[in-house]
Amino acid sequence: MPVLARWIEAAGIATVVVTMMPDLATKLHTPRTVGVEFPFGHPFGLPHETTMQHRVLGEAVHVLAGANSFGTRIDIDLEWPVPRKEAYRNWQPAEPSPIVQWWISRGALDR
Amino acid sequence: MIVDSYRFLPRSFRPIYENPEPHGSDQVWSPFEKRLSDSRIAILTSSGMYLEEAQEPFDLERERAEPTWGDPSFRVIPSPADGVGLAHLHISHDDILADPNIALPVDRLAELARNGIVGDVAPRHVSVMGFQGTSLDGWRDIAAPRIIDLLHEDEVDGLILAPV
Repeated sequence: MPVLARWIEAAGIATVVVTMMPDLATKLHTPRTVGVEFPFGHPFGLPHETTMQHRVLGEAVHVLAGANSFGTRIDIDLEWPVPRKEAYRNWQPAEPSPIVQWWISRGALDR
Repeated sequence: MIVDSYRFLPRSFRPIYENPEPHGSDQVWSPFEKRLSDSRIAILTSSGMYLEEAQEPFDLERERAEPTWGDPSFRVIPSPADGVGLAHLHISHDDILADPNIALPVDRLAELARNGIVGDVAPRHVSVMGFQGTSLDGWRDIAAPRIIDLLHEDEVDGLILAPV
């Protein structure tokens, strides 16, 4: 996704990436990044929590329009309101994805 | 406050994300020159969202058969987005189906437009399925050029991309 952002930015359209993994985004040289410490699948927060969704979206549009240099990163200081273990379990699919099953079958995740 | 990018990631996955293939390092930059309140904004989600009545889902059968492959196509999602489904094998679908705004916040963006914060909401938004396996060639050669054309046709001033 950060690479897709770079291609679109190169075509003349300003982009901002809202992401749970801002370290990865900036390693991939996203022009503008907004980081959230949320579980995967939830870049704008919890369902129906409109205040939380507006906080993230508002930050995104202001970074999009207001950042004046490449590599701007803003991290949002919002704590996920669900205990970590529960949130960690909840974001994952019911069964491991095909690539994870493939990694497991090759011992790639053993460490 | 610095976000911990690995807080919700299984520990054994971390090395996979710590040293990504860079795909170029030049400082790509398009200045945002207009006032936000005069600008048209679009959103791109990687949640594998599609319109259940009108569109084919992303190809998950091939991904199951070829785990290092991910469907590189894209779907156009209108605003407002009603009747969406998800085709994505890497996340739980429950919360996004309960409220698609957590991945593609078109209703919140419309509220920003009504309040004069942004100019208006683009008529078309974009969905991809974020898992692309070992290659970004499909995105680079087919999806990205068509997405760029679509955004130019709709005179979009800025794009918010939200990986899931």
